[in-house]
Amino acid sequence: MSIISAENINFSYAAKPVMDDVSFSVDEARMVAVIGPNGSGKTTLLKIINGTLFPNTGRMLIDDKETSRWSRKEIARKVAIVPQETAVTFPFYAEEIVLMGRFPHLNNYHFEDKKDYKTVHEAMEKTDTLAFADRRFSELSAGERQRVLIARALAQEPKILLLDESTVFLDLKHQAQFLALLRQLNTAQQLTVMFVTHDINLAAQNADRIILLYSGKIYAIGKPAEVITAANIKEVYDVDVLVDQNPQNGLPRVTLLT
Amino acid sequence: MPIYRRVTLSRVLQISAIMLLIFLVICVVSLALGSVHIGFIEVLKSLVNSFTGESSLSSQEELIIFSVRLPRVIFAGIVGASLSLGGVVFQAILRNPLADPYILGISGGSALGAIIGIVIGAGSFYLGIPLLAFVGALATVFLVFVMAGGSRGPLLDNSLLLSGVVVNAFFSAAILFFLSIVNSMELHSITFWLMGDLSGASAKEIFVAASCLLAGFVLLYAQARKLNLIVQGEDTAQQLGVNVERTKQWLLVVTSLIISVAVSLAGIIGFVGIMVPHLMRLIFGSDHRLLLPVSALFGASFLILADTIARVVLAPAELPVGVITALCGAPYFIFLLKRKAY
Repeated sequence: MSIISAENINFSYAAKPVMDDVSFSVDEARMVAVIGPNGSGKTTLLKIINGTLFPNTGRMLIDDKETSRWSRKEIARKVAIVPQETAVTFPFYAEEIVLMGRFPHLNNYHFEDKKDYKTVHEAMEKTDTLAFADRRFSELSAGERQRVLIARALAQEPKILLLDESTVFLDLKHQAQFLALLRQLNTAQQLTVMFVTHDINLAAQNADRIILLYSGKIYAIGKPAEVITAANIKEVYDVDVLVDQNPQNGLPRVTLLT
Repeated sequence: MPIYRRVTLSRVLQISAIMLLIFLVICVVSLALGSVHIGFIEVLKSLVNSFTGESSLSSQEELIIFSVRLPRVIFAGIVGASLSLGGVVFQAILRNPLADPYILGISGGSALGAIIGIVIGAGSFYLGIPLLAFVGALATVFLVFVMAGGSRGPLLDNSLLLSGVVVNAFFSAAILFFLSIVNSMELHSITFWLMGDLSGASAKEIFVAASCLLAGFVLLYAQARKLNLIVQGEDTAQQLGVNVERTKQWLLVVTSLIISVAVSLAGIIGFVGIMVPHLMRLIFGSDHRLLLPVSALFGASFLILADTIARVVLAPAELPVGVITALCGAPYFIFLLKRKAY
């Protein structure tokens, strides 16, 4: 059964069209990568999926219900997103930021109870952020902040996790750790993961489906080997690449030819 | 650097109780000080006695405490709490620690509404002037938002402060215009207004202001968790489950109401709404479930203290309280602006 399904979605900011007749569906517990050049509509697509933007025409369905018909809290219990960057104006502590992930599960007057703190603790343990739980969010490095935001999304206990370039600030160790965590959540908890990335190799090695966006349209969709071809990359990114196979797992591997 | 402590219900209650104690101590101090000095012990005794019905002070001293100083202390507390709450909410919604009702021109708009009320004689209608002040405040909120790029655009520090400067300049001009056409009786009441006047409130007005503050606080407190999310950015709040547009509109209406009641009765008192929330955030962190009550209580204490200084420093003459708050507030504002770390 598909947990996300887009039906003929069109979307534009003012007069500029960003999504042009996009249709696709994602089955539960899939790991999907969204790739495409700058301005191809990747971030917009994520915002439409989590219901912070609504399509002008067409339908976006989560669990077979249109996003516009979910309440904000209902959808926040299903879909979490890790943004690229968060502006920090006020002094909040890292744990407080993660605690905000509990918002959709509580009513307005409610203070978090032991169970909420336990969820938060687990989320921070998984993202290796417990060490700076009591530090100011603004004092953390970009990579540490990114991990705190990932912990916040996990504290939301979503069924769908959306990631917008969430690995860019992470060092190699934390990237590997994070990808392992995603795969573990994906298989053990049936979490559906959709991640936007510029790193085609990261997509090819970790996703079981890839969506290649090109100026608001789906240029290709399918398994990594079907989407990641030298011809597709040349057409969409206008660069010459060598695509061969990773000798360990047989997945496509891209090398830039300059 | 303060250490991180989790915000729980018991912590909110404990700290609020401490702030309440500080508030009560400052009330007693303020009741004792003035052109006629009354000892602290006497003040406490007479407060206790007012419940038991006995009396230990001369009737003149009791008159000073209960008829002159007490209403003024209560009123200063209400206004200080209102302005501080306004500061907390505006800073959160605009995600700008320099925002406050005075800087943004909302106090000015509210005052203009009230002054127009005085000039056209709306004072003869029940709550006529506060109502016009409310309209003025709401209109200014709208104006500031449009000028700062609308609700969709990014609310940048500079555009917001600049729009506040422009709006304030416009209102000052409009207020001066009205000053030059009114008769001298009205002139006196208007000029005092421009720097804040806590002496004139009647018991009925105090009651109305207290009710608005209390109702407003309860309504705002229900949104405290949402405020925490909104300061993370509107996209973030939206995706974490907050209906941002509706919440913002609701917060702006409630806050404008609290502010306009305070301004219509007390005039323009600057900088309380910026100093108090900032200091409280520095000490207690940014969680609005704690920030709202402590800011209200500390704001009340602060304005009572400022008003006491205004009464005492040139006794028997009085300064407008806005002079005192601006004298501490303006340097503090510049310090904040320079430090760039809010």
